Amino acid sequence: MSEVQTAPSTVQPLLDVDHVTIKFGGVVALDDVTFEIKPGEILGLIGPNGAGKTTCFNVITGVYQATSGTVAFDGTPLKGKKRYQITKLGIARTFQNIRLFPSMSAEENVMVGADVHSKVGILRSIFRTPYFRRTERESRERSRELLRFVGVNADPEDFAVNFSYGDQRRLEIARALATKPKLVCLDEPAAGFNPAEKQRLMQLIHDIRDAGNTVLLVEHDMNLVMGVCDRIVVLEFGRKIAEGTPAEIQSNPDVVAAYLGTEEDDDDTA
Amino acid sequence: MDFSFLFSNFFELSITGLVLGSVYALVALGYTLVYGVLQLINFAHADVFMWGTFVVAWVFILTGASGSTTLLGAAPYLLIALVAAASASGGLAMLVERIAYRRLVRKRALSYIILISAIGASFVLSETMGIRDKVVALIDGIINAVVGLFGGHIDIVGWLSDYTSRARGVTTLPLTIKPQVVFSAGNFSVRDTDLTIILAALIMMIGLDQFIRRTRLGREIRAVAQDPEAAALMGSNSTSVVSKTFLIGGIMAGVAAVLYQIKVGATTFDLGVVLGIKAFTAAVLGGIGNLRGALLGGLLLGVVENYGSALFGTQWKDVVAFLLLVLILLVRPTGLLGQTLGRARA
Repeated sequence: MSEVQTAPSTVQPLLDVDHVTIKFGGVVALDDVTFEIKPGEILGLIGPNGAGKTTCFNVITGVYQATSGTVAFDGTPLKGKKRYQITKLGIARTFQNIRLFPSMSAEENVMVGADVHSKVGILRSIFRTPYFRRTERESRERSRELLRFVGVNADPEDFAVNFSYGDQRRLEIARALATKPKLVCLDEPAAGFNPAEKQRLMQLIHDIRDAGNTVLLVEHDMNLVMGVCDRIVVLEFGRKIAEGTPAEIQSNPDVVAAYLGTEEDDDDTA
Repeated sequence: MDFSFLFSNFFELSITGLVLGSVYALVALGYTLVYGVLQLINFAHADVFMWGTFVVAWVFILTGASGSTTLLGAAPYLLIALVAAASASGGLAMLVERIAYRRLVRKRALSYIILISAIGASFVLSETMGIRDKVVALIDGIINAVVGLFGGHIDIVGWLSDYTSRARGVTTLPLTIKPQVVFSAGNFSVRDTDLTIILAALIMMIGLDQFIRRTRLGREIRAVAQDPEAAALMGSNSTSVVSKTFLIGGIMAGVAAVLYQIKVGATTFDLGVVLGIKAFTAAVLGGIGNLRGALLGGLLLGVVENYGSALFGTQWKDVVAFLLLVLILLVRPTGLLGQTLGRARA
């Protein structure tokens, strides 16, 4: 917990989502959504299925462009930025349905993320200059460190496809962290996890924040969201219906109404 | 069917088959690399190779190589030609990507639309070479229209006549490379040119394989091949990765052009048609998108072609080779080694 950063409202938000609307043809996926993420906090984004959580996520990571409104990261507007440029600015993400590079070793998966910041040209790699070998070794060591950090126990040189489901999810988090992000966006990281694994994940999310990152969490599992987030934004039908601390959200009548009758039985769609 | 000829010359037929197969394999790499990252066939690739063979010829003309010499004697010319052809083919391949592909890929055009665009690029490349005398005459006309205003004249057509003559005919190397027998036993002999071509191709293939496996750019190429979107979100600029992939394929085609010229010593503007189909076949045979598959497919095609012509006569060469292709694909539709660039881990 970095009290200094989260305390006053004078702190510049790390991510500023300002009156964002997204339309696909005639369908309004996000309707005038405004919220911000302060440096060092863990923000949860929740809502019933189809509420626009993943759309919101995709705007932030540059997969979609906002129809109107702006998203600014660290003071830089993201409009017109390509996905790889947004990653270089310091936003990393994981995917709801795991998207690893299946035929690379776990270590290499993470190294792809780490490569963002290494400056090794073609010639240097062909001639394997000492500089190249050093950065390569550092990148490898960092990858192993990250794999240990997220709690992957399998052999880092094994193919990612051979990993257990849980290890694949954790590997994806390690890969995202390798890009040295300021903001880590986790899209349903607990999907398919058993209670014990969820418990470990909560600890990991705290660890990620304590390592100096800011976290945006989209998650279905209410216990996890309530247990780990500093603040929560609730979406319904593309609109923001509530924002506040977990305690405030739990007692908010609008939120309760939105969730009544909508059993969270489907983890895969959004 | 002349089995006795096949058996008595088996070793020699294998060697010469491997020589041609090496060239197929190096060109096949270009198809397979581009397929790996874009899942598209670059039909202009064979013409990039064809331009490489002309650059080799032009380097020989420019440096005043003539007469006949051994491979060693021609080595200085060949080294210059290697650098020139690899640069020219690499640059040309990048140009093809920039003009015929990039915009369409970004706009997510259907794959057959991009295919047509590539075929268009292929024709432009080969026909420009086939009318290079007229292209030079046109440039000459334009420049002299301007220079003429000041009362001057520049004879560009005359200067370049050595390079543009018989534009639609065969351009031969002004220097004949005489193969030397390195060793012989019984009725077969191994020539230095053949050995050099096979070795050079193998070195290039192993080098590329290691490059894709071990370097940062190689890792990035594999990442884009396996999941372009995830790669982009890991900070990969896929446009730049695709462009570099075309460059690598082009360089390989340039090297192949030099090896081809060592063996054949002549080229035409429409060389790409036949060689392109052969190399593409080699890539499919080995498993398109798979680097080692391209090597295997190329060598196999070259050797089988040679055995086929020995058995049935030269006219049957292509029938045998392509029949084999059909049979192999019927049994293994993904090619011999299957898999894609990303999956092959190399």
